[in-house]
Amino acid sequence: MLKDEDRIFTNLYNDQGADIVSAQKRSDWKDTHEIINKGKEWIISEVKLSELRGRGGAGFPTGLKWSFAPKEVGSKPHYLVINADESEPGTCKDRDIMRFEPHKLIEGCLLASYAVSAHKCYIYIRGEYANEGKKLQNAINEAYEKKLIGKNSCNSGWDLDIYIHYGAGAYICGEETALLESLEGKKGLPRLKPPFPALIGLYGCPTIINNVETIAVIPTILRRGGKWFASLGRPKNTGSKIYCISGNVNNPCNVEEEMGIPLKDLIEKHAGGVVGGWDNLKAVIPGGSSMPLIPKQICENIKMDFDECVENKTGLGTAGIVVINKDQDIIKCMARIARFYKHESCGQCTPCREGSGWMWRMLERMARGEASRDEVDMLMDVTKQIEGHTICAFGEGSAWPVQGLLRHFKKEVAKRNNFNPLVDRNKNIPYLVDQHLLEK
Amino acid sequence: MSIKKVSKEQPLSFEFSKKNLEEANKIIKNYPDGKQQSAVMSLLYLAQKQNENWIPLEAMKYIAKFLSMPYIKVYEVATFYSMYNLSPVGKYFLQICTTTPCMIRGAYDLVNVCKKKISKNEKELSKDETCSWMEVECLGACINAPMMQINDDYYEDLDEEKTEKIITQIQNGEKPLRGSYRGRKNSEPENNRKTLLNIKNA
Repeated sequence: MLKDEDRIFTNLYNDQGADIVSAQKRSDWKDTHEIINKGKEWIISEVKLSELRGRGGAGFPTGLKWSFAPKEVGSKPHYLVINADESEPGTCKDRDIMRFEPHKLIEGCLLASYAVSAHKCYIYIRGEYANEGKKLQNAINEAYEKKLIGKNSCNSGWDLDIYIHYGAGAYICGEETALLESLEGKKGLPRLKPPFPALIGLYGCPTIINNVETIAVIPTILRRGGKWFASLGRPKNTGSKIYCISGNVNNPCNVEEEMGIPLKDLIEKHAGGVVGGWDNLKAVIPGGSSMPLIPKQICENIKMDFDECVENKTGLGTAGIVVINKDQDIIKCMARIARFYKHESCGQCTPCREGSGWMWRMLERMARGEASRDEVDMLMDVTKQIEGHTICAFGEGSAWPVQGLLRHFKKEVAKRNNFNPLVDRNKNIPYLVDQHLLEK
Repeated sequence: MSIKKVSKEQPLSFEFSKKNLEEANKIIKNYPDGKQQSAVMSLLYLAQKQNENWIPLEAMKYIAKFLSMPYIKVYEVATFYSMYNLSPVGKYFLQICTTTPCMIRGAYDLVNVCKKKISKNEKELSKDETCSWMEVECLGACINAPMMQINDDYYEDLDEEKTEKIITQIQNGEKPLRGSYRGRKNSEPENNRKTLLNIKNA
């Protein structure tokens, strides 16, 4: 278990208060100007040394991302955008950072803005987090009053303005380029990459986009050194991480732990165990709903970090762990996730727009046992048609959970859905047709 | 995206109140010169707040003029994002999260209470026209599941009985407390805390 002195978010449960005075007691904003005086190069190299990987789901190395921003500011200004559009089912860590550790985020914004030469920073918060947004705005106001941000932030000579922008209930705006579109006052439709936002982003200007948690750990990394952060976890999977454990556990909770902690420890120690005991465990979604589920036998030994999750054909994602026990119908659970993706697809790419609804309808019927034998394979085929054939990663996000279900529970799905396919009776039906449209 | 119904009954005109006009002008200054279109989402929120939780078409036209952008661009934004209500939802708008993490902890019990106490179908006003309810996708409070949102506030760690009580309270014009209804502190593991104990007991 991570030692308390190595925890970054010491106010995760709000024992002390989120205001500036309490935050400064936790050594937020301590000698920030000295860190800035060490220079951009030093900050970026220290972040590279820490091997910090983005906490928003994709796990891209943060130091490397920052180094993509042009070294010199040309005719266009640079922007820093914070992705606080936390909507991945199973994930609720950024909410607690904004509520209880806002000053870590704001200080991180200053340091990151300085490193990528940005004078303006936008924090894109999902609209539902109205109260969290108010708390963050209070903290921003406090920081302005104390001259920690604004003109000559922290006496460092760097000017920085931070603005909050509210989303309005679109999951897709968590995708970085859709977020930029939304920030420009348009529908949240993802952009084609390249060009990458680091060169052509918000208003066509160089833009660095980071997740809330990524930015909020920056001040502590720079204060304690990249080496300290890299000493936690294992190479390429370093540091600590907030894990959200929800679903069928006795004590659902958020907890900051070392990267690579065994999943079983998280569930048994911190979350009070599976409802009905460990043997009642059916499956776990380890990284938010977009990541494929893993059955109990993998849960026994898997360690929670980026690379080990990939080795087990899933992903750490946002570390939103959803525990599903045997009292639940696993097909129904995945059908509900498919409905989520059907609802949230932006509709720009045909495979995703049509496929997400198709998968949902098939899964709903499979949960009721009304699908034919052939459709189980057809469902897999549909996921393959979506995956990799869309502008953004939403396609993968909607296809992977279904693939995970079929990978590990195909027998169960097939057993419940054992009808003769309709095509056997009606010869003129093409193979890829949505069978629910036909009469039963 | 979900299908949105635009209200058949529309007010004939709309303009921002004095307070909201000030607020709108302040918001526009958050964005660079010439990029005032960025403010459209915030302005739609202001209109929604001012007009009892829903946005009439006249408000979209007004905002389009206000930001010098085409009306259809405002309409596009208002119909794309799920949090803009285009028909009346009542003074209290209950949103019940039913995505998987909430579903497996009993979110549909909450839905049943709403069906019983508010209206049979979602997005349908209650008899006294004060409230309506709707199933929504993940609200980002999964460890406090099941939960619901009433206007801006989250009500967490609910069950059938507690939901019924909250709805009765709002129907009587009271303001129920927001947050956890099992009395736990935010997102800590209830009675099972193993971290940061020195700070907790300090």
